[in-house]
Amino acid sequence: MERPLTQHIRPGETLTITDYQKHGGYEGLKAALKMSPKEVQDTVKRAHLRGRGGAGFPTGLKWSFVPIGDDAPRPRYLIANGDEMEPGTFKDRLLVEGNPHQLIEGMIISAYAIQAEIGYVFLRWAYKKGEKIIQKALAEAYEAGLLGKNILGSGFDFDLYLHTSAGRYICGEETALLNSLEGKRANPRAKPPFPQTSGLFGKPTIVNNIETLCNVPHILRNGADWYKKISLSEDGGTKIFGVSGKVKKPGLWELPLGVTLKEVLEEYAGGMQDGLKFRGLLPGGASTDFLTEEHLDIKLDYAGVEKAGSRLGTGTMIVLDDKTCVVGMVLNLEHFFAQESCGWCTPCREGLPWSEKILARIENGQGKMQDLEILEGLTKTLGPGNTFCALAPGAMEPLQSALKYFREDFERHIKEQRCPRRS
Amino acid sequence: MLSDKERTEIEEHSRHYPRKQAAVIEALKVVQSHRGYVSDENVKDIAEFLEMTPDEVDSVATFYNLIFRKPVGEHVILLCDSVSCWIMGYETIMDHLRAKLKIEPGQTTEDGKFTLLTIPCLGACDRAPAMMIDNDLHGNLTVQKIDEILKKYK
Repeated sequence: MERPLTQHIRPGETLTITDYQKHGGYEGLKAALKMSPKEVQDTVKRAHLRGRGGAGFPTGLKWSFVPIGDDAPRPRYLIANGDEMEPGTFKDRLLVEGNPHQLIEGMIISAYAIQAEIGYVFLRWAYKKGEKIIQKALAEAYEAGLLGKNILGSGFDFDLYLHTSAGRYICGEETALLNSLEGKRANPRAKPPFPQTSGLFGKPTIVNNIETLCNVPHILRNGADWYKKISLSEDGGTKIFGVSGKVKKPGLWELPLGVTLKEVLEEYAGGMQDGLKFRGLLPGGASTDFLTEEHLDIKLDYAGVEKAGSRLGTGTMIVLDDKTCVVGMVLNLEHFFAQESCGWCTPCREGLPWSEKILARIENGQGKMQDLEILEGLTKTLGPGNTFCALAPGAMEPLQSALKYFREDFERHIKEQRCPRRS
Repeated sequence: MLSDKERTEIEEHSRHYPRKQAAVIEALKVVQSHRGYVSDENVKDIAEFLEMTPDEVDSVATFYNLIFRKPVGEHVILLCDSVSCWIMGYETIMDHLRAKLKIEPGQTTEDGKFTLLTIPCLGACDRAPAMMIDNDLHGNLTVQKIDEILKKYK
């Protein structure tokens, strides 16, 4: 099994530029610089690389919307989205701390593909170790002529800077991130125009997730056919899957897309802790619908998880066991989303605290049966199409699926006017 | 007044952007790193330095979780209250911290040593429950471990 992104990463260690080059690092860049930008885009398109940040948009296609050519607006920007504030998600931390040059190489190649002159790594504030590691790696890359003017004698110029955030989940939303990088409140922007044509400072901009960018060097080095072959799915490549919650071995593993949910849970996460039973999980972070035991045989790729009624999201799962209260868990999630709403649009600003309040009432033994109808109504009112961005619809995914799969838990709280899992 | 060091550091950041106002978040972080928090006077100073209005600067300062607009203790404890940490025992850890430090979240201990805050997700979900004290991450927390960790900051 091939693990291109993580095979050289050792726990607690960081690959230096020399180590990375010893393992074929920056060979992908050399290959890319011999091609035209359009050829690089086409290679990534043929590889079927899809965005690893949650939405799964085809990367090559996203790039192709950027106007390039002599009369196109300049400068163009490339941004690595490393905000990673989706609860339950901790995969980009591994990539940043373990192998920063893989990210930098991915960014230089991607910048070349869209002819971007300036790039930013937008990193979550909490990744203090990662911040230092990237700063050091950027200095090494400049030193080696891999960043700045005339990269490796190709005539291509690209400057790359690090921005660390000051907190707020909404910064991970593509257009909110742009506002944040411009030094503003991170409210999302209306689309269109899309960032590909009018993004950072009004210029053409591509925002890609860190894991997505880390795939790019390997595609350029080994080819689109190889990349498709290492997957067990229509989607190309591997995915970093993660598991947290009461399993025996929480952690991260790079596995081919299309691996089954059961395999990740049982073989890699070691199954449930002794004495606990599996009840369900959020497959791709806090803003994805619950899956349950009946879904254990599904294939983990974009289409497979969607068919089961959820989303692959970030690929990092949060497991619910039989001793943890599902109402309490959903209350925790809605508290998070209500707090992190940027307040820009009414349904999200007002609806999320409302859902939190009702859930708190149910959990605290004061719920009424009609509360469940109100909650169900909210999952529609705050659903896709009614809000400015995807925050509120995402927040409704765990709630709507919890009401569907674990309705008896909610009803028992209301009937007994208490949480059955609290003393 | 901003110190010379603060000015230099802010200028260093603003060079990365086509207009210097874009570096306002960095400016707030620079000031906070030197002074612990951002006072009303600091907001005015940053505004003047970056040619913005104080209201513009404050609208940014109050948006982001990690910009402190009130004084904090010598060490800031950020305890993750997100879902994975909640499943793995956040409530027990929070109760213990409250009892031990004799403060509620949002407050600072009487001796000014610690401020206790909750924080949404630290990206350490495989090591839940987790907290950060200043720039250090502490994972797989237990009540006993908390006692040992806090001793290091005394």
